Amino acid sequence: MAYLVSHPDEVKVVSKRFGMGATNLDRYLELDGYKAVQKAISMGADAIINEVKASNLRGRGGAGFPTGLKWSFVPKQSAKPKYVLCNGDESEPGTCKDRLIFEHDPHAVIEGVMIAALAVGAKSGYIYLRGEYRYLLEIMEKAVADAYARGFIGKNIFGSGVDLDIFTHSGAGAYEVGEESALMESLEGKRGIPRIRPPFPAVVGLWGGPTVINNAETLASVPHIILGGDEWFANLGTPRNGGTRLFCMSGELERPGVYELPMGYNLKKMIYDVSGGMSKGRNLKGVVPGGSSVQILTADEIDVAMDFDSMMKAGSMLGSGGVIVLDDQMCIVRFALRVTKFYQHESCGWCIPCREGTDWMKKTLTRFHAGGGVAKDIDNLKYLAENMLGRTFCPLGDAAAMPIISYIQKFRKEFEDHLDGKPCPYEKAAEAALV
Amino acid sequence: MADVTITVDGKKLTVPAGTLLIEACKSTGIEVPSFCYYPGLSLQGACRMCLVEVEKMPKLQTACTTPVAEGMVVTTESEKIKQARKAMLELVLANHPLDCPVCDAGGECELQDMTFKYGAAESKFMDLKNHRDEQQWSPVVYFDRPRCILCYRCIRVCGEGMDVWALGVQNRGTSSIIAPNKEDHLECEECGMCIDICPVGALTSGAYRYKTRPWEMKHVGTVCTHCGDGCKTTLGVRRADTGMEIVRGDNRDKSGINGDFLCIKGRYAFDFAHSGDRIQQPLIKHEGKFVAATWEQALDRIASRFKQVLASDGPTAVGIIGSNRTSNEENYLLQKFARLVLSTNNIDHHRTADFPAFASALAGKADATASMRDVFDAPAILLIGNNPTDQHPLLAWQIRTNVRLHRAKLYVVNSYPIKLRRQAAAFAQIAPGSEGSLVQFLAGNDAAADAAVTPQLSREALSQLREALKNEKDLVVIFGSELRGNDVTALINFGLAQGAKFICLGDYANSRGAADMGLYPDMLPGYAPVTSATSFHEDWVDEIPTSPGLNLLQMMDAAKEGKLKALYVVGSNPIARYNVDPFALSKAFVVVQDMFLTETASIADVVLPIANAYEKGGTFTNTCGDVQMLKKAGEFAGVRNDFECIVRIADRMGYDVHKLVPFGGGGTRADMGQSRGAQSGEADRHAVWLAERNLEPKMSPYDPTAMLDEIQRLVPGYDISRLGLLSGHDEHTQLVQITRATGSGHPELVLPSNDTLFTSGTLGRYSPTLNSVMERYAAKPADKEIAAD
Amino acid sequence: MKFSDQLEQRFSTMVTHYPTKRSVLVPMLLYIQDEVGALTDEAIHEIAQRTELSDLEVRNVISYYSMLRTRPVGKYNFQVCTNVSCLLRGADDIFEHCKKKLGIGNKESTPDGLFLLEEVECIGACSWAPALMMNYEFHENLTPAKIDELIDGLKKKEEQ
Ligand SMILES: Cc1cc2nc3c(=O)[nH]c(=O)nc-3n(C[C@H](O)[C@H](O)[C@H](O)COP(=O)(O)O)c2cc1C
Ligand code: SF4
Ligand code: FES
Repeated sequence: MAYLVSHPDEVKVVSKRFGMGATNLDRYLELDGYKAVQKAISMGADAIINEVKASNLRGRGGAGFPTGLKWSFVPKQSAKPKYVLCNGDESEPGTCKDRLIFEHDPHAVIEGVMIAALAVGAKSGYIYLRGEYRYLLEIMEKAVADAYARGFIGKNIFGSGVDLDIFTHSGAGAYEVGEESALMESLEGKRGIPRIRPPFPAVVGLWGGPTVINNAETLASVPHIILGGDEWFANLGTPRNGGTRLFCMSGELERPGVYELPMGYNLKKMIYDVSGGMSKGRNLKGVVPGGSSVQILTADEIDVAMDFDSMMKAGSMLGSGGVIVLDDQMCIVRFALRVTKFYQHESCGWCIPCREGTDWMKKTLTRFHAGGGVAKDIDNLKYLAENMLGRTFCPLGDAAAMPIISYIQKFRKEFEDHLDGKPCPYEKAAEAALV
Repeated sequence: MADVTITVDGKKLTVPAGTLLIEACKSTGIEVPSFCYYPGLSLQGACRMCLVEVEKMPKLQTACTTPVAEGMVVTTESEKIKQARKAMLELVLANHPLDCPVCDAGGECELQDMTFKYGAAESKFMDLKNHRDEQQWSPVVYFDRPRCILCYRCIRVCGEGMDVWALGVQNRGTSSIIAPNKEDHLECEECGMCIDICPVGALTSGAYRYKTRPWEMKHVGTVCTHCGDGCKTTLGVRRADTGMEIVRGDNRDKSGINGDFLCIKGRYAFDFAHSGDRIQQPLIKHEGKFVAATWEQALDRIASRFKQVLASDGPTAVGIIGSNRTSNEENYLLQKFARLVLSTNNIDHHRTADFPAFASALAGKADATASMRDVFDAPAILLIGNNPTDQHPLLAWQIRTNVRLHRAKLYVVNSYPIKLRRQAAAFAQIAPGSEGSLVQFLAGNDAAADAAVTPQLSREALSQLREALKNEKDLVVIFGSELRGNDVTALINFGLAQGAKFICLGDYANSRGAADMGLYPDMLPGYAPVTSATSFHEDWVDEIPTSPGLNLLQMMDAAKEGKLKALYVVGSNPIARYNVDPFALSKAFVVVQDMFLTETASIADVVLPIANAYEKGGTFTNTCGDVQMLKKAGEFAGVRNDFECIVRIADRMGYDVHKLVPFGGGGTRADMGQSRGAQSGEADRHAVWLAERNLEPKMSPYDPTAMLDEIQRLVPGYDISRLGLLSGHDEHTQLVQITRATGSGHPELVLPSNDTLFTSGTLGRYSPTLNSVMERYAAKPADKEIAAD
Repeated sequence: MKFSDQLEQRFSTMVTHYPTKRSVLVPMLLYIQDEVGALTDEAIHEIAQRTELSDLEVRNVISYYSMLRTRPVGKYNFQVCTNVSCLLRGADDIFEHCKKKLGIGNKESTPDGLFLLEEVECIGACSWAPALMMNYEFHENLTPAKIDELIDGLKKKEEQ
């Protein structure tokens, strides 16, 4: 359903089988399918973990935590069963990459889950998809059923003596459920309220058992690492940032779409070369490089390498790979309002700073954008965000606060231009819908 | 667990590993603010008030969820922390209605207190607050969403604490709202714990809301007058036309055996005290109708008729029925009155447990009864019969909390699937009525199992249960009135073999006290047989009649036959309780002391209006044998307490009250009343000194503490710490009997009250709150149990 | 309450996938809603019984998830994403157009109960913005003309 694009600079690893009919199991097998898991079986748990560690694979869900390291935290011995949980909740605004993986290469996710399970000694894996992805759930369900039918999963996989079950699971509309501990709650049939940490999921996770939670793209990368080797994968990217990444280019671009580029690829090139630059004759105003939760970069801050460390240095974050390009027709206050409205709507409501903070930011921005702003609102917004930052129960509060701080810091003038009862001066339609 | 040493604000302290930082701070006197943290309930980390700095951690950490670690260096006060707390308060207050001037919690509000301390006075926000109208969830629970700060304490105390799970959170984000279990209302145990635990005024009680301000009340800590558990309750009283009206009951100071627990009766059913049905004047029946009389007239009438009957028909023609809700001092006095003033052993009360069999089986064993506190930390508990959730709410709370917090092993044996089975490690649902057989089986009689097994409960299961129990050290055995006589003996022998402690469950606030104080026709206080010589015989000036008297039912029969000519009923309603034909008493002269015109009072010849336990001093003994002090809280114009009435009747009958009540005497009298000379002012100073220590000058024959002196001196097991008692502590008595009473049991007289959570014998019928709740549930029967999470 | 054979089948397989019964709750609620049209009191009670939860607990869960509803919605549920990536590509105009075309506002249904219009958060179509979801179908790279075509097509289908 989703349209595929391509560019010569792309290095296709995870997207290698996109558009090649790999949902069909036979086709998948022709394309090296289920070879990695067999190789992994022969390697043994420790070797798998070492391989993934050495590949410098870092979590594609947003935080960029080294995947091999995460797996190594799972205790070898455990009284309770261990689990692998694939995070396919993909709800970060600007992000639409896991969707392509599920759509075009479902077995790669299964294989990734299997390898993770072998690495940590889990006997069951769950693939959680956001509720809106119903058509993908159907694809995944079929893929799982096909794999069972061939005996790839279930009892004694590939004659290894290991039993391994994989199940799919649907969400029902909640961004917060993408947060790993809320994800587990949701899978357990509860409200998506995050858990107190520590203990971390690797030690106490699903139903109390040690659990590895990884993003779908992270897991889909694993079979390629096993087959291609850690060195090969690590060398695709930059130091400490191995491999490639699916970047979701959105905004008024000539060729928006999801491109697989090496880690560390230049952001400016990503916009002007890969995505064909701005469309409709617009100019670039700023870039939100890693999903709506990260700080904005101004037009002159985008000549940077897109990997976790470089983005951190640039004052933003690589996040989920959603590159949102703002053009000069977008009012930053309007943008801030839409972002805040999202977090206000998605805050689980558990903790005071996030619940109340997002609500008051939304109220203030709504009035402000409609022309009812007063000078102290700008500082108040910043004060609110700064007082949420680092004090909420889970990172959603930070995700709501960080962008706002950056908008005000970098585009204060645009905020000030709204003062004195002025209607939004940056929008063609001054009636900009009140939300 | 091993200890760890940490540094908090420069102070070194050593606490057990695993201690939460917030508790560690508290232990050294450093208060870390919190809303959502509540000791004993699950951790939330939701309010973010408890943020502190921990060295090497970049972000502020929540002290409520962080366990201490060796070498941890913590700062609890800094600019950064102050700002975090202030901002948190600004955020809660942003949407708070700030209606403190009319809010019930005003003056006792944790949000107010914290705002006062950390300041968030300046409002940064100018947009509209979210509003929602207040909702009534039940006769006792009201909810005001705008005031709610979502600390989730109510949900936890209802679910984890009460095992009721009637509250939840609905929606998410800023629309999150605490929700009741039945769409717009609650179906629950109506305990009010949610209201009590609410740090702000979001949950308020139908009984108290908008009635008064906390600082306008006087707060008196006393003991609940309903079931046999003896919860401490703090009554808020204020002036009313009829005296001091009780407007609130709670236990926020957590000082009693019940911690912060109270059930609906303890919390709200004090309202009988101001029921419009209360009698305010003595009544004398004249040509079949009650006519108001003065106290003098009524007492004269009683005394002269008692004397007449004694003179004409002798002491066997008079009888007394005492109460389960009067104080130990009153009960003791009453039986002494019977035995000395009336020279009769015709005295009894509504028995709700076979305490004599219990005492007899434990004869000579000190330390064999468990206190209510023991139930909170016993490693293992065996519960046979009874349904504590309904009949002993505090006991049920103690059991649940113990299982939850200390992982105690609970064994439940019952012929019904009682709710506590949900906490049980093993639950045996035995055949109806086979509790006795089960106990015989435990005690080693294998054949007795036949009666207890059911298609669902095999013999093997019972054997396993017996084996498991035998391996439990420090077991507490709790049993209901299903077990009587020999079954009690068998159970106790089984338990004693492994050092168990016991609790025998009786139903009312002072059932155990009534039994301990000798309201029996064949036993003196301390279950001493009337037939043998005891210390009472030595101590009391007059002769104690030695032949056993008539029990309650025998007295009724004797009255019917015209043999019992006078009956003195103190705080009891035998006509209704024992379903006695009211005409049985038509030939006898009947005196009733009561608050209300009960079935028994309405057939009396003289009725004296009486104070209840909230309106007087004295002591109660709960069903476990824990003694606590009553303190006068309420006041109702026109009434007197039972103690005074008994003394005055004795006096009018020409009996020397010094022989009844050991008042006066000793050294204190000399310095009283001198207004001149060297000793002047001494009396006042002495009175002040006594009052300061909660002591009372025992100068009056109406002083129950004078009676308590004698009880402590003469009743075995009651030589408890007086200082502890006076300071409001519960003191556990020992059930040590002088001699084993033989054939005294009369198990057939034991009649459990079968109260539910919403009933309380005759008394409960006069509580508007209990009535309104009962009406609600009668109209709409509650679902069966709610599943635990 | 009985569900369709297919759903019953799904339920009985699904409960075997987890160590606790309630784990089936979130997806099951969605499936029930798909079949029944909404999570009615009866449906809530039924699933509560099956998962050994109180009705309240099930309601608590339902009210958390934005896709779960206790009241029936339109047969065609138009969920227009207005989040940032779509916003940048004219989602406001798209939403306005839907309003006009259907003659209803946000979270409203047409009088015949056929259409419901709703503004929603990011649906994962950012690179193909602006986008909407109709029932579980994605419609992307939207233009007013595409919307007209879609709505007219559905109307025509209903007329037949
Ligand atoms: C509010 C919030 C939402 C999140 N949403 C997602 C998501 O939709 N998908 C995802 O993979 N990770 C999401 N994450 C990150 C997860 O918590 C977790 O870090 C990730 O799934 C781990 O996988 P990784 O190490 O492979 O990245 C979210 C985190 C937060 C705080
Ligand atoms: S920061 Fe707090 S309220 Fe916000 S989503 Fe996380 S836990 Fe919920
Ligand atoms: S007390 Fe620690 S977060 Fe509420």
